[in-house]
Amino acid sequence: MASQLSSQTDNASAGDLRNQDWYLDKFFQSIMFLCGISAILFVLGIFIFVFKEGSGFIIHQLDWAEFFLSPKWRPTSATQATYGTFAMVAGTAAVTVISMAIALPFSFGAAIFIAEFARGKTREWLKVIIEMLAAIPSVVWGFIGLMIMNPLIIDTFDVPIGLNVLNSGIILGLMAAPIITSIAEDAFKAVPDTYREAAEALGATKWQVVYKVILPAAKNGLLSAALLGIGRAFGETMAVLMASGHALTVPTSVFDSIRALTATIAAELGETPVGSDHYQALFAIGIFLFSITFVINMTADFIVRGIKNQ
Amino acid sequence: MTNVNNQENIAIRTVNLNLWYGSFQALFDVNLAIKQGIITSMIGPSGCGKSTVLRSVDRINERLGYVRIDGAIQVLDKNVYDADVDLAQLRKQVGMVFQRPNPLPISIFDNIIFGHRIHRSPEQKISRSEEEAIVEAALRRVLLWDKVKDKLKRKATLDLSLEERQKLCIARLLPVKPAVLLMDEPCSALDPKGTSAVEELIWELRGEYTILLVTHNMAQARRASDECVFMLMGRVMEHSKTDDMFVTPAKRETADYIEGRYG
Repeated sequence: MASQLSSQTDNASAGDLRNQDWYLDKFFQSIMFLCGISAILFVLGIFIFVFKEGSGFIIHQLDWAEFFLSPKWRPTSATQATYGTFAMVAGTAAVTVISMAIALPFSFGAAIFIAEFARGKTREWLKVIIEMLAAIPSVVWGFIGLMIMNPLIIDTFDVPIGLNVLNSGIILGLMAAPIITSIAEDAFKAVPDTYREAAEALGATKWQVVYKVILPAAKNGLLSAALLGIGRAFGETMAVLMASGHALTVPTSVFDSIRALTATIAAELGETPVGSDHYQALFAIGIFLFSITFVINMTADFIVRGIKNQ
Repeated sequence: MTNVNNQENIAIRTVNLNLWYGSFQALFDVNLAIKQGIITSMIGPSGCGKSTVLRSVDRINERLGYVRIDGAIQVLDKNVYDADVDLAQLRKQVGMVFQRPNPLPISIFDNIIFGHRIHRSPEQKISRSEEEAIVEAALRRVLLWDKVKDKLKRKATLDLSLEERQKLCIARLLPVKPAVLLMDEPCSALDPKGTSAVEELIWELRGEYTILLVTHNMAQARRASDECVFMLMGRVMEHSKTDDMFVTPAKRETADYIEGRYG
């Protein structure tokens, strides 16, 4: 190897311009290339693993109608095990809706303030604090849901239990808010300043500029911010597990406890024999979740691309 | 400045206008009297303050946040820096055309009616057909109606040439009936054909509006303005009839600039 290298450097004098720097450059290029494609390899690896574990169940045993439409999740029943996820899907959906109802107005409002009204120090401080909010671990959020929100909801609404759709919805809303805010802020920032200048020169007030020019111009970015927020809320596990009550019911009010798809996997996977039907059914849920978040993220991505191509 | 005939009505008058961007002084004691109903062009090398004067008249300069102004600018005998001035009202009276055509990312129709919508009072009801009439009149005025009448609902930022966009930007000022039009190098982004089309349009609007036109194109100032202001280093050097300035400039600096010795 070393002799090869030296013979090639010798060639440099004979018209070959490749020197040591050239090889160093190539070497680091390949390292960077590997780093670049490693993300793809990891995603593919996870994909394959999850599918391998769940596919046997999906192909041989899965009753599609039961899986999607039955609210009965009885994987441990000795005589008649049923694998219905309807209650969990409904629970997850209910929590997601509540969380977005809370997160979207707040996040968009905050993003408008940061991008269009705040100046200098205020703006910098707000951005730092919102980023800190995003850095809070989900188990801490779950703890807040369990220890603070729970008694608060019981006292305020006079309900028997505070671990429910409302509690986990609020927690998830707060968790999704920083992400939505920062993506929405990017969307506002991407609106060229010439639009603001033009509208202001026509006599529009700041607020008129925002709702007549900035919001319509940024609407795709806002949509993708909302979608990523939904994806975040849908996929969150620990906080929902702690704040939702983890009860298998189809919710009919915000004060019902629910069980999320993600929380079911987290709570049960450790206690199932590897390779059993139950184990595989949990992976089938995993595949289902994976597909949903995949579609949501892809849609958001396409929307963002759409903006750039305009 | 001595050449200016004082008998005509003055639309814009600046009184000892000094302006600083942060600690940099951009204007020094600018005293100008811009006559009503004619086209006045402002020329001078880059950085001489001609755009700054223009952008002070409708106070769009203040967007920058670090601008300090001393002195007065009277538009139709009202100082725009008085405390009781409503910016929206001022900008209704004083329309502005920018260097790069900047139609808003909404439909052509909405672009034209934008100013009208934000300036009419909420109780003032206006029917769709009245709005349509306003839009058509404005577009006809800038000779754009025939080209865009079939795509009024299309986004103004799509499939219009730069020239058409600039005409659109002029057209959207007209529905609110401004008294003054400020034009900041309105043709510098356009090709020669577009330039002459927009120049013709500006000449068309002469008489109806007071037009203050900043340009770095001396040929344009010469053919498209009645009076001409020459600025240098933040000061007004000369203000006279365009024909006089280009034939017999009063100052050496003006002569040097006009003959292309600097700038």
